Amino acid sequence: MLLIDCPFCGKRPELEFRYGGEAHIARPDDPSEFGDKAWGQFLYGRSNQRGMHAERWRHVHGCGRFFNALRDTTNDRFAATYKIGEERPALPEAQGAVEA
Amino acid sequence: MSAPFRLEGGGRIDRTRTLHFTFDGKPYAGFAGDTLASALLANGVHLVGRSFKYHRPRGIVAAGSDEPNALVSVGSGPRFTPNLRATQVELHDGLVAQSQNHWPSVNFDLGALNDLFSPLFPAGFYYKTFMWPKSAWKRFYEPKIRAMAGLGHAPTLPDPDSYAQRYAHCDALIIGAGPAGIAAALAAEAHGARVILCDEEAELGGSLLAERKGIIEGKDASAWLADAVAKLRQSPKVRWLSRTTAFGYFPHNMLGLAERMTDHLAAPADGRPRERLWQVRAKEVVLATGALERPLVFPDNDRPGIMLAGAARQYLTRYAVKPGSRAVVATAHDEAYRAALELAAASVEIAAIVDIRQDMPGPWAARARAAGLRVLPSTTLCATSGRHRVSRVEIAPCGSDGKIGARSRLDCDLVLMCGGFTPTIHLFSQARGKLRFAEKLNAFLPDGGAENLRCAGACRGIFGLESAIADGVAAGEAAARDAVGGRVEAVHAPVPLSEDGGGGRLEPLPNHRSPHRVKAFVDFQNDVTAKDVKLAVREGFRSIEHIKRYTTTGMATDQGKTSNMNALGIAASALDKPLPTVGLTTFRMPYTPVTFGAFAGSARGELFDPVRVTSTHEWAKVKGAVFEDVGQWKRARYFPVKGEDMQRAVARECQAVRQSVGLFDGSTLGKIEIVGPDAAEFMNRIYVNPWTKLEPGRCRYGVMLREDGSILDDGVVGRLAADRFHVTTTTGGAVQVLNHMEDFLQTEWSGLDCWLTSTTEQWAVIAVQGPESRKVLERLVEDIDLSSAAMPHMSVRQGHICGVPTRLFRVSFTGELGFEINVPADYGRAIWEAVFDAGFSRRITPYGTEAMHVMRAEKGYIIVGQDTDGTVTADDVGLSWAIGKAKKDFVGKRSLARPAMTDADRKQLVGLLPENPELVLEEGAQIVADRQSAIGQKMIGRKMMGEKMIGHVTSSYFSVALGRGIALAMVAGGRRRMGETLCVPMPEGVIKAVVTNPVFLDPEGKRLDA
Amino acid sequence: MQRFSALALIRHAFTGHKTWRPQWRSPEPKPRYDAVIIGGGGHGLATAYYLATEFGIANVAVLEKGWIGGGNTGRNTTIIRSNYLFDESAALYDHAVKLWEGLSQALNYNVMFSQRGVMMLAHNVHDQQSLKRHVHANRLNGVDNEWLSAPAAKAFCPPLNIEASMRYPVIGAALQRRGGVARHDAVAWGYARAADALGVDIIENCAVTAIRRGVGGAVEAVETTRGAIETRKVGVVAAGNTSTVMAMADLRMPLESYPLQALVSEPVKPIFPCVVMSNTIHAYISQSDKGELVIGAGTDAYVSYTQRGALHVPMHTLEAICELFPIFRRLRMLRNWGGIVDVTPDRSPIIGKTSVAGLYVNCGWGTGGFKATPGSGHLFAWTLAKDEPHPINAPFRLDRFRDGYLIDEAAAAAVAH
Repeated sequence: MLLIDCPFCGKRPELEFRYGGEAHIARPDDPSEFGDKAWGQFLYGRSNQRGMHAERWRHVHGCGRFFNALRDTTNDRFAATYKIGEERPALPEAQGAVEA
Repeated sequence: MSAPFRLEGGGRIDRTRTLHFTFDGKPYAGFAGDTLASALLANGVHLVGRSFKYHRPRGIVAAGSDEPNALVSVGSGPRFTPNLRATQVELHDGLVAQSQNHWPSVNFDLGALNDLFSPLFPAGFYYKTFMWPKSAWKRFYEPKIRAMAGLGHAPTLPDPDSYAQRYAHCDALIIGAGPAGIAAALAAEAHGARVILCDEEAELGGSLLAERKGIIEGKDASAWLADAVAKLRQSPKVRWLSRTTAFGYFPHNMLGLAERMTDHLAAPADGRPRERLWQVRAKEVVLATGALERPLVFPDNDRPGIMLAGAARQYLTRYAVKPGSRAVVATAHDEAYRAALELAAASVEIAAIVDIRQDMPGPWAARARAAGLRVLPSTTLCATSGRHRVSRVEIAPCGSDGKIGARSRLDCDLVLMCGGFTPTIHLFSQARGKLRFAEKLNAFLPDGGAENLRCAGACRGIFGLESAIADGVAAGEAAARDAVGGRVEAVHAPVPLSEDGGGGRLEPLPNHRSPHRVKAFVDFQNDVTAKDVKLAVREGFRSIEHIKRYTTTGMATDQGKTSNMNALGIAASALDKPLPTVGLTTFRMPYTPVTFGAFAGSARGELFDPVRVTSTHEWAKVKGAVFEDVGQWKRARYFPVKGEDMQRAVARECQAVRQSVGLFDGSTLGKIEIVGPDAAEFMNRIYVNPWTKLEPGRCRYGVMLREDGSILDDGVVGRLAADRFHVTTTTGGAVQVLNHMEDFLQTEWSGLDCWLTSTTEQWAVIAVQGPESRKVLERLVEDIDLSSAAMPHMSVRQGHICGVPTRLFRVSFTGELGFEINVPADYGRAIWEAVFDAGFSRRITPYGTEAMHVMRAEKGYIIVGQDTDGTVTADDVGLSWAIGKAKKDFVGKRSLARPAMTDADRKQLVGLLPENPELVLEEGAQIVADRQSAIGQKMIGRKMMGEKMIGHVTSSYFSVALGRGIALAMVAGGRRRMGETLCVPMPEGVIKAVVTNPVFLDPEGKRLDA
Repeated sequence: MQRFSALALIRHAFTGHKTWRPQWRSPEPKPRYDAVIIGGGGHGLATAYYLATEFGIANVAVLEKGWIGGGNTGRNTTIIRSNYLFDESAALYDHAVKLWEGLSQALNYNVMFSQRGVMMLAHNVHDQQSLKRHVHANRLNGVDNEWLSAPAAKAFCPPLNIEASMRYPVIGAALQRRGGVARHDAVAWGYARAADALGVDIIENCAVTAIRRGVGGAVEAVETTRGAIETRKVGVVAAGNTSTVMAMADLRMPLESYPLQALVSEPVKPIFPCVVMSNTIHAYISQSDKGELVIGAGTDAYVSYTQRGALHVPMHTLEAICELFPIFRRLRMLRNWGGIVDVTPDRSPIIGKTSVAGLYVNCGWGTGGFKATPGSGHLFAWTLAKDEPHPINAPFRLDRFRDGYLIDEAAAAAVAH
């Protein structure tokens, strides 16, 4: 069970959270301007990153807030959590590297 | 009954408490503190089971959780438990144990014919045969194989015991209470850490429990242990758990521990859980898990009476049991000498110490010689004999070139073997720590890169009592420093690794016979021999994972604790590759098997999943309601009276609503309050409907889509004020709808000023439906004008009912005049009863979900999740009227423009009337266009069809109001097919049905204003 | 290829099994192949086998970064069935079941396909509606599937608890008698051995590092840790790692990779005669030939490549198992493990061409790919060989996620209402 550092509440066990999929996939202001291909990518295309993955969590059984996290999907370690609207934090090279 | 192999004195057993037990029906006696294994050995019983594949006689090899052979079934009736290790089964009075995997008995087992024909059964033989004739696999071969396989029998009665679970947090979790672990716990505690110390054995102490001569900090080892344990027990900062196995290491320093609480007791107190599962989140972990002794691989090394040298020492010193009278010691490591000396001191005759090594650098060989023992260096053990117990071995000199000299025989009833030690790195590896291979030690050692953990003692290659304790102290101090910070000034350094202890041997002992003929076992339990491993390599299996899977080595219930390194050594030399490049198989949780019940805990019966009930639940129960599960909710499905079946009850309930008035508990509907200046704008974006112009006090049926255009949920929404909406959702959709709304509000439209509150549990909802509903309510509602003029259909008012504040909706899911009373949930039952009493003279009738379903189907109202699935759009079910055409955007809008969503052949909601009005179609039945294709499909059988299914029945009931069966269906291009006759092919025959408008009753909606 | 048979075993017994040859070679990669398959799992090996047997393309390399069958092929609960709802899915999976039925003989390798029956439990009215919809659709598609009452379900699987006092009582079940289980490793090894005998090069410990494309963007070669390999056709069959491989060709896939855990009990004598699945309370279970109860859990919630998950997931599964089968509560978990499953938005696989000429993809099997192994390999081989999909896999194209023609089996099961 992961230990997740909610930016509002601190470290809490995974069971209090709900995973929210990849982060930073912004909904377009005017979806009707998107062609089928671009809209299909928005709906379904995912980086599915092997390595540092930006993702959303919601502290559903806590403060109820969505927030973003950077987690290395090769070892499940969190490098950072940050509030919605904040920039994705830059990480030192080594942390961002993909482990084979 | 005196146990012939029990020593007069010594050991940690309690000789004042004699315990009686039976093994295979025969009575024996042992002492408190014995394991089943030690008690059997004290009674001279070595043959305790039969092996998995060849059914060879097997004895006790080890003294702990690494035991591969001595698996027994314990208990009887509902507490019968198979596959327990005799070395871990603590003796209690009245214990009943049986050996396994034989017929008719362990002494005479017909399965042993397999051993005779073993040349036919090499590794993987089953992949190469049993293929002809094809049908024989299912009828003959597979049932036979299955009957031969398996170990013990499964229990056949439900388990009466209970299991507990706990969470715990600590600064330092220390796993293993041997010298290193105890030292670590003392050090961590002394430096301010909250400590949990666990050990799989009944007593804390680990190797100290079998330590005879060691001196620690000037004290005798057992005295030091007693003091240390007393100190730990007294400390309020330490929780110590014996009989507790740390079985799994999960991400972010979460560990699973399994504590065995009652199996060792003859008569556990009532209600005491049998086991307890701990989930521990530790700031720091110290692994002090020790090392496991390896068997040597030599021909017929599996006979009863052949055991690990360290195990023999444990039986002798811890349990005061002589494992034999005359022993041959075969070794590749110094440690066996200690066992030989201690056994000799206990008057076990040592026939010889046969050491495959040429040089014995340590002091042990000299000590053994000094004690008068016969030490034979450069000597191999090349054969054993003895049917149910080893009785003789053959030894021969053997040079470093592997050449065998003249063989000689030694009689014996005990063979001790020591192939070296394998550090117990299971948990470290589960934590995804990196390993490195230490050549001299022939061992993989922890090499960093894991969680917040450190290893201490033998599990990282630090052997010897003094070193282990020093290493434990260093680890405990460091753990305390990292967990609680600041308070530790001087931390001792970990003990530097010395690789001089010797690595033992990872290859079979040389022998004179053809390697293709002898059975030198690597994995005892799964009957995997050295030649099996070599065969796998010969057949092209090059990865250790392949070799493991092909031969099944390391896949038995001991998960290869004694066999993995030997298998790896043999594979590496067969592949002619350096051992580390062949790899190590992945360690999987659990370290030792853990009872299913411990994982399941108290999640049984009603506690399996929370039960959600409404405020009228007890009332409905008293009235004899039959309930159905909808998600976690219990909902009254119908209220039978006087022995009615469902059909009759539902017919009566429907009639009551249509003719007079009915009462329905709708409290399970999800409710969300949306409040704020931008509430209407938020609603506009999340629903397909327009909301801006909806006046306060009015309601609207709302539909919301997923971003992919499919219907997510629906429900009536009331606007209470310009900035306040009372939203309802389906029963099952409540949670995901709120999450969906929060997602958009928080992450996409954070500029909108409104907020969402779940009020599902806060409001009880009582639907009062039927032409007489207004008359019933008028008597109860105080400050709301219920007339149609003042309160038209689809409106909402706030006021009081029986003095209780209410939000009263005029809405209908039945097609009748109707109201839904929302009151604070605590008043639900009182108001329900008040309405029931008020309606008594009008024969007010409670109705359940089934009647509700029938009546809404008569009106063509859909149920999301029944008439829709996750592929259906609003237009598919005839709801495009709800879409706000002027809105530029709403969730799901863009997706509706995709080609698939505008396809003319999409399935659409229609009504379906069976030609025979008596018939009720089956929900889920499929629909085809014409009779011909329906018959054709039947005849073609298993071939792909030419004519395809064009739809399916989603809802189907007998309608009393209409006097016939009615159905809703999703049919391709359905709205174009009005009036067409379609076919519903059933196994019993084809049913014809006519496509109609889905609104069967009162299409003009006159009854709503009755 | 050395024939496998009882007679061969007897013959080799006399020589101490000294003369068995490797089941597949360990060749060095050649500089050029007609087709390269990335991923040496069951699906990839089957693809190579059918390319060689059915389409005469034997100059094929299967590149595997680890050891063959080491991914989901060797980590799944081996359930095989074809009682899917939609015509497209039923056709796809039944194509596979038909191949399973003759696979041991075709490969001369006993894959131990055991048609023990797969029973799916209904616990509420909604389950019943959903399963009956499957039963009717399957019958008309020629796929066997029948509805059983709760007592009939118990008669078919005696350990099953059908007491009405259960929190979620069993009210019935759908049974596909042709469904069952097989020996997972044998499938990989059997295909590898048969493909190798036809000339296919199976190259283990060979990771692809780049996909090289020429003029017009068509595939030209793959770069690997063992050198560059020229080829005009690349089939990606990399399961959980598909997104990573496809990114080498600048394609962003509609995939997410989740941990999926499974576990086995200690082996016991035969007690469980079939496969039982419950979607509502999340458990599936069967007993292996060796005697272990093989139990599947749901996926963990988040994307991960660690091949491990959280403890609460198998705990939840065992709660369900102990509730459905109270006699198993004293049995013990022997081994738990995780795989990486690549999941598509509609829970149906992708088998077909891509926008890059010469690049084909077979992925997205989610939690249920093992059952499709022979069919998937056969259809993918067809697609590679003919540069167009077989009618059965045509609907499973990648660009359905652009125009919306999804094949949504999961959504069709809908939610409780």
